[in-house]
Amino acid sequence: MISAPAKLATRDLDLFYGDFQALQKVNLEIPSLSVTAFIGPSGCGKTTLLKTFNRMIDLVEGCRITGEVLLDGEDIYHSMDTNFLRKRVGMVFQKPNPFPMSIFDNIAYGPRTHGVRRHSELEEIVERSLRNTALFDEVKDRLRHNALSLSGGQQQRLCIARALAVEPEILLMDEPTSALDPASTARIEELVCTLSEHYSIVIVTHNMQQAARISAQTAFFLLGEVVEYGPTTQIFSDPHDSRTLDYVAGRFG
Amino acid sequence: MIRSTRARKGQRGPVQGMRKDHRSVADRILRVLPYAAAALTAALIGFIICYILVMGIPHISPDLFALKYNSTNVSLMPALINTVLMVIIALLLAVPIGLGAAIFLAEYARRGSRIVGAIRIAADTLAGMPSIVYGLFGLLFFVTMLGWRLSLLAGACTLAIMILPLIISTAEEALRAVSDAWREGSFGLGAGRLRTVGVILLPSALPGIIAGVILGIGRIVGESAALIYTAGTATDLPQGLFDSTRTLSVHMYVLASEGLHLDKTYATAVVLLVLVVGINTASLLIARRIQKGLTA
Amino acid sequence: MHAVRERVAALLFGTAAVLCVVAVVLICLFLVINGAPALIHEGIIPFVSSTTWQPATDHYGILAMVVGSLYVTAGALIFGVPLGLLTAIYLSRFASPRIRRLFQPLVELLAGIPSVVYGFFGLVVIVPLIRQIFSVQGMGVLAASLVLGIMILPTIVTVSLAALDAVPPAYYEGARAIGASHERCVFTVIVPAALSGIVASVILSFGRAIGETMAVVMVVGNNVRLPTGILEGVRTMTANIVLEMGYAADLHRSALIATALVLFVFILAINLLFSLVRKRVRS
Repeated sequence: MISAPAKLATRDLDLFYGDFQALQKVNLEIPSLSVTAFIGPSGCGKTTLLKTFNRMIDLVEGCRITGEVLLDGEDIYHSMDTNFLRKRVGMVFQKPNPFPMSIFDNIAYGPRTHGVRRHSELEEIVERSLRNTALFDEVKDRLRHNALSLSGGQQQRLCIARALAVEPEILLMDEPTSALDPASTARIEELVCTLSEHYSIVIVTHNMQQAARISAQTAFFLLGEVVEYGPTTQIFSDPHDSRTLDYVAGRFG
Repeated sequence: MIRSTRARKGQRGPVQGMRKDHRSVADRILRVLPYAAAALTAALIGFIICYILVMGIPHISPDLFALKYNSTNVSLMPALINTVLMVIIALLLAVPIGLGAAIFLAEYARRGSRIVGAIRIAADTLAGMPSIVYGLFGLLFFVTMLGWRLSLLAGACTLAIMILPLIISTAEEALRAVSDAWREGSFGLGAGRLRTVGVILLPSALPGIIAGVILGIGRIVGESAALIYTAGTATDLPQGLFDSTRTLSVHMYVLASEGLHLDKTYATAVVLLVLVVGINTASLLIARRIQKGLTA
Repeated sequence: MHAVRERVAALLFGTAAVLCVVAVVLICLFLVINGAPALIHEGIIPFVSSTTWQPATDHYGILAMVVGSLYVTAGALIFGVPLGLLTAIYLSRFASPRIRRLFQPLVELLAGIPSVVYGFFGLVVIVPLIRQIFSVQGMGVLAASLVLGIMILPTIVTVSLAALDAVPPAYYEGARAIGASHERCVFTVIVPAALSGIVASVILSFGRAIGETMAVVMVVGNNVRLPTGILEGVRTMTANIVLEMGYAADLHRSALIATALVLFVFILAINLLFSLVRKRVRS
């Protein structure tokens, strides 16, 4: 189905919150340097799966996982340092969450965490990250200003820049535009497309048009199962499963 | 007479307008009671404070602040300095421990685990314990068993235990109030718990923590029962940690129970009152600002 | 390296938290061990049921002090609860927002005044007042009850106020909709709905009042006897400790610590009651 080598893969992944099974036998292969979209109605396990990719799910109490999640063929739940994993697999959240500090410090937070101390080097990283997210020209005169003074769309691009600053291989995006206006959403979508030249991106979205516009492959989730996974064009134009058809045709969800 | 809009609406109620029976009398009584109670409460507070101020302020004189105490000047200065020392030492002990415990409870412990349950029961027990029991414990443990005698250090240690639950609960609350989005953001960048706590959470929780610490200072300054048998009542400045001293509250108690220098006692009460009220107001203002910051 | 630092930090924070438990255990241990000799000498039941307190002859019975504490505390609640509760009702349901904003800090200010200042106020104002009105000595149950009644006001007001404020608006609206007046709604619907919170405020103030020491010792008279009237002087458990600890030795000292132990049991019982009430509120 998808021939490119898998950057990230899951093998028979089951996930339980207490007695509730949130994911069932998930088998996915996510290729590198492209955009993969997860779609499906709320509560179907998209975000949960996304959070297993960088083990943010560990922070949820009473959560249990069986099966494997492989990053470049290595099981991330087996003898991998979570902090190092999260450096390799960055994440952008539903609501922009810049830290209550300056724009510069926000972006420098990640590199500093991973041991970059020299100021000149940090400056370089900050500028590069901001340029990558097309934010540099907008904020270059106020890098010392509080990040919370930015607009919602700028804040989200700042969060993307912050994630890029630690040079991840994969970028996980959890409905990154759900809290933004249409104009800001368009800028982020544009950005996602550009970034996919250098990063493997997995994006969870509620917005089917968004998935159709920006992703190369799409996975459709229902009740914790992957119903269908394939090239985006095929999922939207010629799905194999009737449930996928019902969903993309807007009959439920 | 003060009337709220709600209360006025009550009087204009359609039922009352139509039927003038005994119920309106009952209503009137039910209405007078809270107003009268509030007026009495306000009057009591006003009277206590004004009485102390009026009786005390005329007797505040320079020799009340002489550096050395003797039975003619009845200076409160040594006691005031001791109070400051006591506050500093007690905070040095209580704040790191209390903050550490709060961080453990808010950021490290699994909610509902047995150790958290035990710590909560312990903190609640400490919070409800009368200060005289702290004083006795200090006497038995620090003064007698560790052989520190009646001393600054024994008093400060006793007070540190006493304000511990306050520090813990305010700091824990402040940490819990920090948005989870920042925790996620920090962990998502590969930061560990320690860095997340130190760089992201503590600065955000700082105002709440400070408000709690200031409240603790107020408690220390106002405390007397826990100190009489731990720090003692010596009138001079301490030469070291193991010297007996009296704080301002203890000084006030000794003066009041001796009954020899009534004027000076009033004056001392004014100083104590102003000090404690000032400290508590500072804490209140900080807490208010946090609330405003949260809603804004 | 990173992992080591994390582990050390977690250990330090955990240790700090466990220190609380250690403190409580130590306090209990020291009270029990040091109070035991007197309890063994007298027997636990005689210790709390005898009214003879004669250190000179090694007779230690604290019934008079227990009764004294309970009298004074009950008196404080009789004064403080109605006044505080009605004030809270006023603030919650009658006062304009502006008045409330002015009033609330005033109540919190009351909470911050040191107990020695209350005691002194009682000594120079309340005791002489009682002396004049009833032509008695003045120090006693009534004076202490009045002082403590004022001291517990902030607790009653703030805790009850929070409970009253938390009553869902639907209750009030429902009652108004069937034609009850504002006053009637407040007293027949809102106050009952906030009852568990109000009970909690009373329990909390009970704990405050029974544990208060310095303010009480200054106005309560401190006579060791079973009181027969509210104008008589009595001695509370806390006063007993603070008055005699300075010179007590051996069995006498142990008896005072045992007094603290009895006080501690009272407080524990109150805490238990409080957490039961709080649990019921939650469920």
